[in-house]
Order: sequence, then structure tokens, then C-alpha cells
Amino acid sequence: MPALTVNGTRHEVDAEPDTPLLWVLREQLGLTGTKYGCGIAACGACTVQIDGQPMRSCQIQLQDIREGEEITTIEGLSPDRSHPIQQAWIELDVPQCGYCQSGQIMAAAALLRDVPEPTDEDIRASMSNLCRCGTYNRIRAGIKRASELS
Amino acid sequence: MTEHFTLSRRGFLASAAATTGGLALGFPLGAGAEQLDKLAQPEINAWVVVQPDNTVIVRVAKIEMGQGTLTGLVQLVAEEMDADWDTVSWSYPTPGENVARERVWGSFGTFGSQGIRTSQEMVRQGGAAARAMLLQAAANRWNVDPGEFSVERGVITGPGGETLTYGDVAEDAARLDVPESVTLKDPSEWTIAGKSLLRLDTADKTDGSRVFSIDFKVDGMVNAAIRQTPVQGGTVAGFDASSVEGMPGVQRVLQVDDSTVAVVADTWWRAKKALDALEIEWDFPEENASFGTEDLEAMLTEGLTAEEAFIGNEAGDVAEALGKAAQVVEATYSYPWQHHVTMEPMNATALVTDDSCTVWTSTQNAESDLAAASEASGLEIPQCDIHRMNLGGGFGRRGASSTDYTTIGVKIAMQMKGTAVKVIWSREEDMTHGAYHPATKARFRGGLDADGNLTGMHMRISGQSIFAGLMPFALEDGKDPLVFQGLQADGQEGQLGYTIPNLLIDHAMRNPPLRPGFWRGVNNNQNSFYLESFIDELALAADRDPLEFRRALMQDHPKHLAVLNKVAEGIGWENGAPEGRAFGLCQHMGYGSYVAAAAEVSVENDAVKIHRIVAATDPGHVVNPQQVEAQIEGSFAMGLSASMMSEITMQDGRVQEENFDTYPIVSMWEMPDVEKHIIPSGGFWGGVGEPTIFVATPAVLNAVARLTGKRVRELPLYRSGLRLS
Ligand code: FES
Ligand code: FES
Repeated sequence: MPALTVNGTRHEVDAEPDTPLLWVLREQLGLTGTKYGCGIAACGACTVQIDGQPMRSCQIQLQDIREGEEITTIEGLSPDRSHPIQQAWIELDVPQCGYCQSGQIMAAAALLRDVPEPTDEDIRASMSNLCRCGTYNRIRAGIKRASELS
Repeated sequence: MTEHFTLSRRGFLASAAATTGGLALGFPLGAGAEQLDKLAQPEINAWVVVQPDNTVIVRVAKIEMGQGTLTGLVQLVAEEMDADWDTVSWSYPTPGENVARERVWGSFGTFGSQGIRTSQEMVRQGGAAARAMLLQAAANRWNVDPGEFSVERGVITGPGGETLTYGDVAEDAARLDVPESVTLKDPSEWTIAGKSLLRLDTADKTDGSRVFSIDFKVDGMVNAAIRQTPVQGGTVAGFDASSVEGMPGVQRVLQVDDSTVAVVADTWWRAKKALDALEIEWDFPEENASFGTEDLEAMLTEGLTAEEAFIGNEAGDVAEALGKAAQVVEATYSYPWQHHVTMEPMNATALVTDDSCTVWTSTQNAESDLAAASEASGLEIPQCDIHRMNLGGGFGRRGASSTDYTTIGVKIAMQMKGTAVKVIWSREEDMTHGAYHPATKARFRGGLDADGNLTGMHMRISGQSIFAGLMPFALEDGKDPLVFQGLQADGQEGQLGYTIPNLLIDHAMRNPPLRPGFWRGVNNNQNSFYLESFIDELALAADRDPLEFRRALMQDHPKHLAVLNKVAEGIGWENGAPEGRAFGLCQHMGYGSYVAAAAEVSVENDAVKIHRIVAATDPGHVVNPQQVEAQIEGSFAMGLSASMMSEITMQDGRVQEENFDTYPIVSMWEMPDVEKHIIPSGGFWGGVGEPTIFVATPAVLNAVARLTGKRVRELPLYRSGLRLS
């Protein structure tokens, strides 16, 4: 059976090799924090980190995952919502409906690690996840606040 | 707003019968007390449960879909109760409980920006009554008149300094009669309501633990993927189930109804894969199957000059005024179909047995889902219930007369009794089977006298009616009054902000074969774009300043004028725009609120850059200012998406756009900072979730026209060779 390591735990999964990671996470592993929005790499709702890099999990098939790769989902970002992005999101009430926010947070956390003090332009250039509720302004403020917190 | 919520007779009766039960008195708190045992928690009254540990649970009838209503309603109840905000939480009653208790919670429908404004009085009374009962219980215990108590954060202090918490007396209070009348606090006394408190529902949206209905699971559940007819009115002619039955995980391949096929599998991904491999034959009505965007164009254009039209607003004699005018200005505009694209696609989980039907879903109006579940299952209303899940966006798609996800879920579950089935629409299925923002055009003729004053105006709207497509019973002698949102002569909902001595606004109804729906802002979106663009065109023709031109027509509309003045001041209109840029304005009224925007733009290589955008809203009262601000920003993102980037088109009767690659929306890249002015003037309650959505676009496009001379009359923006930068 194919196996993968998610949030530090190794899992064997009963799924065809071409199953997208998104659906392995949601349906085989019960990690429903990662969301389905488009299935074509256009929205970012399914963003997870693989070895720290933000990746759109709807585009990664089970068979593409290499031995030793560490997959982090929103459930594994911190044990207690203590990641600076999570803290800033709560402090500024960033989410509206919240559906896109797991993906936004995973992308923002990756940005903050690479660029600890991002400017507006950095944020505009790297945060391509869509939000139909239009929380972009607060996401920008949230990333900056998280930068102060970290 | 008169957005009704159901098409089915069964549901209509259920809800109509229920509306008469005490709701009209505005104080139905005692109704259905005999049902209390059925509810899990002991309650003070229908709205409030106080637990022994002093926690307060507020029952919320409206639904949270991102707009902040949940927190706002709880603030209002907590305010009247003098509860401790730190111990407050909420729960959602089910529509089944509501029906059983003679609709004690009123309507669950959450649309038309009504969440707060239509229920604030009821929930505040609920909070005030709970406070009175808790105090009475303490009075009984101490044998003291409750008038001598003081209450702070859920702690009652008696005249001698003795204290009891709400939790201490909750059980006693629950046995008391609900008082017949209570006095509500004046908003000037508020300490919880009216404040920018943080939302109650944020934390678990940051760690993935919030369960949306697409995430819902129940033991033994199976998953369904569906395909509905790609052409309106089409039916399934046949399919070969055996071709996919052997695929991994597949359990059933079934016809759901005349126009829908489903594959059921252990996981949704496997169901979808098998569905994609399944060939389905269809029969289509010929007329619909040949319809395309050119036909829509021709249909709407014909209506612009048609003889017959429904009149929405009329004053004086327009023909005479135009005949005498020194100058007649003409312009035609158009607004395309839009899709809601809630980030969470349509879905529902249904479990049907011989005598019960249970649904878990994201819905804006669980009572219409209840009616739909009863209709689809053939079971009586009391045998059905709906559990309301967190919504990944609503915007009018979920449950405002379009509960198709519940109907389909129940129909599949009917064929698999005893097994819970979750049906998820793929994004492609979702986008091609929406309840679309109507497509319309408008043609204006405006007459100016020699001094450049507007003496007469005819606005002819041609196009689709939501009522005709979704709920024909709401038409008034064939006329759809909702078409004239924001253009009416009077009314608290959306009054035209201009006094024009000779005026005719009429509608030639033309209905293409695509289901319309209520899309955030509804008809205000195009009406504001049409009218506010044309007002600027008139000002230009009259060689007058657009602000001054508007002000001259708005002297009898001080509230409209106040928000306009606010954004003009905010953008610095008097000083003029910086070199190479221009300002644009817009004002409109909708959902009981007065709204305006001003934008500062530049245009370089056909790319429109919004440097600044200023919003003002007067919703009468404000319950949570920071959440109103969030709605202003979010509504601007959605409004600008529709005008600048996205449209739904049709070819051979089929919606052409299937996903975000062909239906782009505003992203972080385009989103401007928004300067927000919330200026509640008191005395009325207006909505917040929608109103500001319709003012951003005209402000931006008026600025573009002033800067470049290029007037955008057809949306989206790229039809004029421009794009948003
Ligand atoms: S679901 Fe993967 S990018 Fe949209
Ligand atoms: S918060 Fe609703 S889609 Fe982003």
C-alpha cells in the first residue's frame, strides 16, 4: 500500500496511485481542514506544505509523493493555534466564511518563513489564493501582524 | 426585500401557517413551551439557555456564512441580558424544532441583508426577557424587589451587597412565566452591542477544525458525484451503468431524477472518477439547446425599444420633457450573467429511512430545505429535519429559492434507504448549474435644459426577472417589482436618491433559458451601474461637475446626500485628483442603507489601477463596526470581480465557464485598500452584507471615463479593451 508522512505521522493508504493528495487527506486520513475549491490549481483552498513549500494538493497525485517527504496540513501547523499567522488571524478577525482560510494560512506561513518582514508588494506577489468573501485586506494586515509577533 | 424561500406548496404552507403563530406580535417567547423537553438544554426562554456554570448559550435563528450576523445577534441578546461576554456562546436550532414550536424563532431565512435588521427587535426582547426572569428568580430567593438589584456581567448584586450569578438562578428562572412586555435599552446605553468585539467563530477557522457541510461525516456514509443536464429542460435519455460499475469503490450508478445521474462510491473522488468515465445520453428541448450569448444579446436589445413594459417609477411627462430639451443624451449599458462561486461547492448529506429524512447541509434558509426534504422524500414535515452546518459562502446561492443540493441529496438517499449519502458537486457541476445573476441591458434618454439641468429621464431596463424564473407566485400581475431595486419613488428599502421632475423607469421582461437567482446585491448591482454611469454622462454633457450635478438633484434626499458628501470629502474631491489620475463617484440606496463610494484611478497600457477607494455607509444602527468594515471590503472584492473580470456566457444552451480559470475573480493582486466611513444616523435599521457591493464599480468606471474619455457601458471591463491592474 502507498504510504505518506503527514504532520509527522506515517500512514498507509488504500487509494489508487493517481488519487490527488487533497482527497487522500480528506477522505482516507480524515484531515478535512484542507479544502476543495477548484481541483485545477486555480484557487489555493487545498494548499498544504511539502517540506515547507506551499503546494496545491489537488495537483499532486499519491504516486508523486516521494519517500521521506514531510507533508504539513493546517491541522499540523501548530498544536494549539500558536503559530504567529494563526494568532494574528484571530487577533484581527481575518476569516469571514473561513473556507479558504486553511489554504491562506498555509501559504502565508510559508511566505513568512521565507520573508520574515514582507512588504505589501511581497504579499501581493506571493499570495495568490482566492477568497470569495474578499478578506484580502485583512490577510495583508494579518501577515504583517504575524511578522511582528514572530 | 421580498425574497421568499420556497417553491413547493408543502413548504409554503408549513412556513405560511407558522408565520401567523405569534411572530406578528413580535414577542412569541412562550410559544410551544410543552416542547421544551425535546430540546437538549433547559432554557430561560426560546433564545437563551443559562447553564449552572454561568455560561450563556444564545439560540441563533439566522445563519452565519461569513457576514458576521451570528456574532452581531449574540451581542444584541447579551447586551439586553447584561451577560458576561466572555461566557457567551451560541447554538443553532433546527427548522424542525422551529416548526414544532410554532415558529418561535421566526424566519431562518438569511438573505436580503436582513440578518440583523429584521430580527434585532425579537432577539433583544428575548435577551431582555431572560434578564427579567433571572432577576425575578433572584428576587424570589432573597425576597427583595428586583428594582433594587444591579447587574453586571451576569452577576446580580442585591441591596445589601449579596450576589448571585445567572447560573445560580437559571433553573428557577426557567420555571417562571415569560414576561409579557419588556423595555429595551436605548442604543446609547449599549456596552456590548455597538462595539467592535471579535467574532465568536474565528478560532476554529484557523486550525482546520471548523466543520463545513462538505466536511461532515457520519458512520457508514457513502459519497455521490452527480451530473445534471447541461441544457435547461434537458432529460436523461440513457447511460450504461455497467461501463463503470467495476471501477474502484463504486457502489451504485443511478438515475436521480429526469435530469440527473449519480455515481455513488465509498469516497467522493472514486465516485467522481467513475462519473467522468460514464457516457450519458441526453434529450434537449431544441430551442434551449441552440441558445447562445448572441441570442441573449438580440433578445435584450429588442426589449430596449419594445412597446410594452412594466412601469416601476413614473413622474410628470417624460415624452414632453425630452421633446422640449435643449439637449438629449442617450446611452445603452449591459450587465452579464454572474455565478456565485461560493468557495465551498454545493453539497448535502442525507439519510432517509421509512419514516425519517435527515439532512446536514450549508444553507441560508433551512426552512426551505426542510420543505424540499419533505417534498423529495414524500415524508411529512415533522418526520424530516435539517442540521445547519457552517457555510463556505452563501451570497444568495444557498437556499434563497434554490435548495437543489438538498433535493438531489434526498433523492439519492431515497434509493439507498438507511445509508447516509453525501453528494458533492464538482466545481464544474457547481458553476454550470447555478442560480445566475440575471443578465439585463438598460437604455437611457435624458433631457437637459439650456442651463444643463436634468428635466426628464427615461430608463428602460430589458432582461431577466428573478421572480419569473424562481418564484412566479411573487410576480404582481406579471410585473417583477424587484427589478426596480434602488429606483423606487419611495419606501424604506431602496429609494431613488434623485428628484427628476419628469421620469419613467420601466422594464421589458425577457427571460432567456438560464435559471436566475439572488446574487449578493441582486438587481441593485446593475441598477447602480446603469444609473450612476448615466448621471455622470449627463453631467459631462451639461459641462458640470459630477458632484455638483448630483447635489442639485438630491436636495430632498439628505441621507443619500450625506454619504455622498462623506466619500467626496474622503477622496478630497475639492482638491482634484493628482496629475495623471481621476476621481469618480457613486451613491445608491439598498436594503435600507445609504451607501456611496469614491475612487481614484489611473490607466496605463489599458490597465486600470485603483489607487484609492473610499466607502461610506449609513445603516441606521451598527452592532459591530469592525464587522461592517469587513463587509465593505469583502463586498468591494465581489462587486469589482463581477464588473472587472467575470461573466457567464452560453453556447448551444450550455454554460461555457466551468471553473476559476475561465471565471476569474479579484485576487490579492488587484484588491485595493479600502477607506471606510461608517456613519449611522439612527432611527432605522438598514442592512450591511450587500449594500456596499453596488457602489464600487460605478465609482471606478466614472473615474476611468473622466480620465480617458472612454465610457465603459458593457461589463465586464475587458469588453472595452481594458483590464484591472
Ligand atoms: S482545490 Fe486545489 S487549487 Fe483549488
Ligand atoms: S473567507 Fe470565505 S472564501 Fe475566504
